Amino acid sequence: MGSKDAKKEEAFDAEAARSLVNDLRGRFASGKTKSCEWRVSQLKAMLKFTNEHEKDIIDALRSDLSKPMVESFITEIAMLKASCEFTLKGLKRWMMPEKVKTSITTFPSSAEIVPEPLGVVLVISAWNYPFLLALDPVIGAIAAGNAVVLKPSEIAPATSSLLAKLVGEYMDSSAVKVVEGAIPETSALLEQKWDKIFYTGNGKVGRIVLAAAARFLTPVALELGGKCPVFVDSDVNVKVMARRVIAGKWGLNNGQACVSADHIITTKDFAPKLIDALKVELEKFYGNDPLKSEDLSRIVNSNHFARLAKLLDDDKVSGKIVLGGQIESKDLKIAPTILLDVPEDSLIMNEEIFGPLLPVITVDRLEDSFRSYNLKEKPLAAYLFTNKKKLKEEFVRNVSAGGLLINDIGLHLANPHLPFGGVGESGMGSYHGKFSFDTFSHKKPVLYRSFGGDASARYPPYAPWKLKLLKALLDGSIFGIIRALLGW
Amino acid sequence: MSSKSVKLPIIAFPSTAELVPEPVGLVLVISSWNFPFGLSLEPLIGAIAAGNVVVIKPSELAPASAAVLAETIPSYLDNKAIKVIQGGPSVCQQLLQLKWDKIFFTGSAEVGRTVMAAAAKHLTPVIMELGGKCPAIVDSLSSSWDRQMAMKRIIGGKFGTCAGQACIGIDYILTEKKFAPILVEQIKVLMKNIFGENPVEAKSMARIVNKHHFLRLKQLLDDPLVKSSIVVGGSLDENHLFIEPTVLVDPPLNAPIMKEEIFGPLLPIITLDIIEESIDFIKDRPKPLTIYAFTKNRRLRQRLISETSSGSVTFNDTIVQYAADTMPFGGVGESGFGRYHGKFSFDAFTHEKAIANRNFLTDFWFRLPPWSDYKLQLFKSVYRFDYLSLLLITLGLKKSWS
Repeated sequence: MGSKDAKKEEAFDAEAARSLVNDLRGRFASGKTKSCEWRVSQLKAMLKFTNEHEKDIIDALRSDLSKPMVESFITEIAMLKASCEFTLKGLKRWMMPEKVKTSITTFPSSAEIVPEPLGVVLVISAWNYPFLLALDPVIGAIAAGNAVVLKPSEIAPATSSLLAKLVGEYMDSSAVKVVEGAIPETSALLEQKWDKIFYTGNGKVGRIVLAAAARFLTPVALELGGKCPVFVDSDVNVKVMARRVIAGKWGLNNGQACVSADHIITTKDFAPKLIDALKVELEKFYGNDPLKSEDLSRIVNSNHFARLAKLLDDDKVSGKIVLGGQIESKDLKIAPTILLDVPEDSLIMNEEIFGPLLPVITVDRLEDSFRSYNLKEKPLAAYLFTNKKKLKEEFVRNVSAGGLLINDIGLHLANPHLPFGGVGESGMGSYHGKFSFDTFSHKKPVLYRSFGGDASARYPPYAPWKLKLLKALLDGSIFGIIRALLGW
Repeated sequence: MSSKSVKLPIIAFPSTAELVPEPVGLVLVISSWNFPFGLSLEPLIGAIAAGNVVVIKPSELAPASAAVLAETIPSYLDNKAIKVIQGGPSVCQQLLQLKWDKIFFTGSAEVGRTVMAAAAKHLTPVIMELGGKCPAIVDSLSSSWDRQMAMKRIIGGKFGTCAGQACIGIDYILTEKKFAPILVEQIKVLMKNIFGENPVEAKSMARIVNKHHFLRLKQLLDDPLVKSSIVVGGSLDENHLFIEPTVLVDPPLNAPIMKEEIFGPLLPIITLDIIEESIDFIKDRPKPLTIYAFTKNRRLRQRLISETSSGSVTFNDTIVQYAADTMPFGGVGESGFGRYHGKFSFDAFTHEKAIANRNFLTDFWFRLPPWSDYKLQLFKSVYRFDYLSLLLITLGLKKSWS
């Protein structure tokens, strides 16, 4: 657990995890987390510490990822505050039961759907947006009235320990807890029974989480990744497109983002123009020695650095570099690198890159590539740059992904009215905005019947006339009911 | 099937967003033996409506129904896209090795765990429709009309639904000590009307599905303390796999009959000092698929809804909520997750794809590197939708965002 104290720290093992969950269950059972006041107070506390410790957050992100200050503000702090504020605004409304229509089959009756918390939930977050991806799901969990345990990623240790400190100081630590640690601590947590587990990360660990959840039949939301493709048509404003691609690749944690542009697919004719535009804009953004630019995140750690270096190792791949390729292992920096037409079967085209390498693949016709794309694993997002309406329609019809964005990259997740989540290999479940509230809620249907009307036809002894009447009732056909009652 | 438009904040103008439903792809429906047609076809409806390709694996414990499904479905439906595969656990295991886009499972928690563990290997999302001990709270009703109505519905909801072998069937009753004798008397009278003197001959009740379950139920009654609590029925006919509708009053709470889902025509009545104790009783136990309550007490109803958790709650009736397709049907906690019926079935097998559409006209140049403090101030205004500040900063009239 986190920082070393003067007193002896005990290892966080299965026993400690079990006792933690028990405490939280007791807290949840007391009803404290269900009250609107409690939920609002916790969300306000989160906003408060985000405001008061903005500098600490930026410093932690700089320490963990060399994340530029403005990027930290835009992609983590601002997003989190917006999420908190959106939730605070909508919470009362979301908590209200929803009246539901009832049909003649259950006449006379009335019904409503009542949202209730699931209980005690576990949020496991990732290292690339360690502040946002830890707290954004927690916002949903609290808004829905649950008790929460947050396990931030140990690969972003400064942020992890800052989260533990801030949540501990500002929020109700009897119901909202942070458990720091790596594999042993996560395993201990996964051995417990939760009412929901929300995991952001990669598919390999996602499978482990899902298997652990299966033991208790715990519902799970998985926010994974994938190779998010960017299809680029030739009839676009090249400059704007290039800028947006850069912002959506290297501007997003230097390519280490689940929705970042993984690779580009464009026509053979257009590729040179596209690459030139990228070269020009890249230099404007990061200067002619990008390894020295203050505006680029570094690679998070030496493991990932080695992984990315390996992708370039292959001769068939390194020969295709058209820009960049410089690496600086001491500072874990890799320059923005563009490659042209690497082989289909190379490693770089078969795993999620999650780094500053951008392969450009050329095809004859863009439309054909949509359909062939169907055969691959569904990514979290897919992008298309075009002005042609028909191309957009084909894209939406043929390409399946968690979400699609046309003419920009990554922005769709800033819209709280759109559910954000994957499909297939990119995950299951969704969140953001009210979807976060929903994902941590059970929508309980309640049916009110009276002692008034009753059809004796429902009960034994059964007879053909009863069957006729019941059929009519279930069909909702008034005429049929009358006929059956009259014995026709 | 049509897409849903989604609203956007002004700053995003001009752009549009919508949600487009699309099929998940290849779906596996595993159904159980107690309602072999309903539980195979209802999920199938949802899967087809959502545009998927489907495989149904009906329960081998209801072989005649499975055979009928296997014969009729291919001859009426597109047999290249909808298939029925019959078989037992080994067939199921083989199916589970493969990668599905969604698995819909109705059955016991034990098998549910195996299904979900197999699905985990492929990151396949699943829906689990399980069961639980569904309680029926019966308040001390003063009107005899209400009492009759309640008891008829309870009897129907216990013994009339596949002889109690139903996930939403009543498992046990909770009532006040003083009301219990009245309740038992009422049950005795109504049972005779409904099932007659000889329920086996009257063919008004289903039998137990197989010997294994028959013996399981017989064993629940074996404990002498349980046996002595029987007040109605109790006879078992092993040849016909028939168990008489049986009512017990206050069997020991730690006996298996009060710890496991009964799934049979045995109805324990647990008595309490006051009816409000039923809320704690239910809270102390795993979340059931449904809670039933027969009461006119508004306060009790309110407390029940807000203090207990279950798949659903139904007041003053049993089972009918299954037919209300404006209401989602599904469990929570030990009773499962996911839901279906009506449009919820369509949603269960659909991926709602978020689409956002920008154009090349407007752009926020300040979101691009190289970063500067000025850009930061502009951005702070934008994300707050503080258009006035945005304007002032651009015009140089405001330095920083406070």
